[in-house]
Amino acid sequence: MSDPLDDADRAARHPHPALPAPTRRGFLKSAGAATGALATALPGTPAAAAPTTAAPPLPPPPRPAPPPRRITLTVNGARHELLVEARVTLLDALREHLALYGTKKGCDRGQCGACTVLVDGRRINSCLTLAVMQEDRAITTIEGLGRPGALHAMQAAFIEHDAFQCGYCTPGQICSAVALVQEARDGQASAVTADLRQPAALDDDEIRERMSGNLCRCGAYPNIVKAVRVVAAIRPIA
Amino acid sequence: MDNIDYQRPASVDEAIRLAQQPGTAFIGGGTNLLDLMKGGVARPMRLLDVTRLPGREIAQLPDGGLRLGAGVPNSDAANHRLVRERYPLLARALLSGASAQLRNMATVGGNLMQRTRCSYFTDTGFGACNKREPGSGCAAIGGFNRMHAILGTSEACIATHPSDMCVALAALRATVRVRGAQGERTIPMTEFHRLPAARPELDTVLQPGELILSVDLPASRFAQRHAYLKLRDRASYAFALVSVAAALDERDGAVADAALALGGVAHKPWRVLAAEQALVGRPLSDASVADATRLLLDGARGFGHNDFKIELARRAVARALAQAHAGTA
Repeated sequence: MSDPLDDADRAARHPHPALPAPTRRGFLKSAGAATGALATALPGTPAAAAPTTAAPPLPPPPRPAPPPRRITLTVNGARHELLVEARVTLLDALREHLALYGTKKGCDRGQCGACTVLVDGRRINSCLTLAVMQEDRAITTIEGLGRPGALHAMQAAFIEHDAFQCGYCTPGQICSAVALVQEARDGQASAVTADLRQPAALDDDEIRERMSGNLCRCGAYPNIVKAVRVVAAIRPIA
Repeated sequence: MDNIDYQRPASVDEAIRLAQQPGTAFIGGGTNLLDLMKGGVARPMRLLDVTRLPGREIAQLPDGGLRLGAGVPNSDAANHRLVRERYPLLARALLSGASAQLRNMATVGGNLMQRTRCSYFTDTGFGACNKREPGSGCAAIGGFNRMHAILGTSEACIATHPSDMCVALAALRATVRVRGAQGERTIPMTEFHRLPAARPELDTVLQPGELILSVDLPASRFAQRHAYLKLRDRASYAFALVSVAAALDERDGAVADAALALGGVAHKPWRVLAAEQALVGRPLSDASVADATRLLLDGARGFGHNDFKIELARRAVARALAQAHAGTA
């Protein structure tokens, strides 16, 4: 599947229109495959030296596939009909079926937060829920928060305060931060809230605790905290 | 992930009826189950989505207690007004677990059913795991076992139960209400999870096809003096090395009732009635804390990397009880 965001740019620069244009996505896939092959071929790697006391059982044969099902997802205000197998996660449905590549796949195991989206206004890890479970819910991805020229306040604050380096975790960070501000306004507590009966002021400790589900391997945390603090201080409109 | 069938039962009765087929699993928040399915550790053939069934409410019970529906998300339970007012220990335990995103997804029932994070269990690259493959051995005994249990272990398994919520529920004397094909029954929280013994593949006493309906909390006098102390390798978003749920009901300078349970140290939340009783009937003191701790940790045993947990637990209990006594938590 081609990446619509890259298409125009790529066509302008690609010198051999008869050949398929190289894509960033395609390059990453082939590079990833090559790296994987190298890792398994090298002796002495952790995988090869794993101290198993007994040989792992052979994987069971694949099961016959239950037929895909037709579902409707409401994403960023638009209804989409999809044909998906039940095992497809919301993350994969967004990226592979709806071409919404803003939501990132980091660990795919609920440990990094790169896949954070909002469902009915609540932040969740889209890698750990099935698309079929999210019918009739309002899903908001980074693309639905704002767009160039009309950024969400949190998106603008991340740019203003240099709250990212490589940018891969950023869509998840921003979705998480948007929900964080709303949760605090709703009076939700966190593990560092001193008094559970009082609304918490969003100081840096509170922001760090409430953002702990979003990892940033570039270490942009100080500026992420700053961006969230600035947006949280804006008086709500309503 | 394996191909699966997916059904959304319309009622609890239908869910229980459909669950009688082999290879069926209930799915709530999915945060642990889907993770295990991606790793090939859990391989259900059919998922029954119970997130749209009744059971997402928190309701007062006639005896002054509180009923948490099995489908209530962890974040909703932690932030519910009555939980914060009457069971702040539970709110603290819930808020110390996972991340905001995961707490929004994970349910009360699913939290009870989550499986150990023993890395030999969660990685199918290791052949020896009695919990995953009964009879295959235990790679954690003699392996890297820093996170593992010091109490209630067996020769077959030294895994811990990873929940924070369950530690507070055990201390608060909660019960678990379940329904299966044979009808409804109520299980004390402290008996819901098993010790591994010779059958570590069984985490709980839940029978196949039984569905958790709610967790019920009795009326509590532990709202004023309580502490949930969680010690871990980083300040947030990590499982406990040792955690302590402690609460005191103090009157006229003496402890009238005490609640005490440990997490991160056993295959289940670790509560010892004699340890609680050792605190009761006298003022909290170094001597009473030492007595309680000795009874609570009786039989504790390390496996090499986790030897430190015995001393850590001893000190954590003293600190948590001091915090509860001071009423500062």
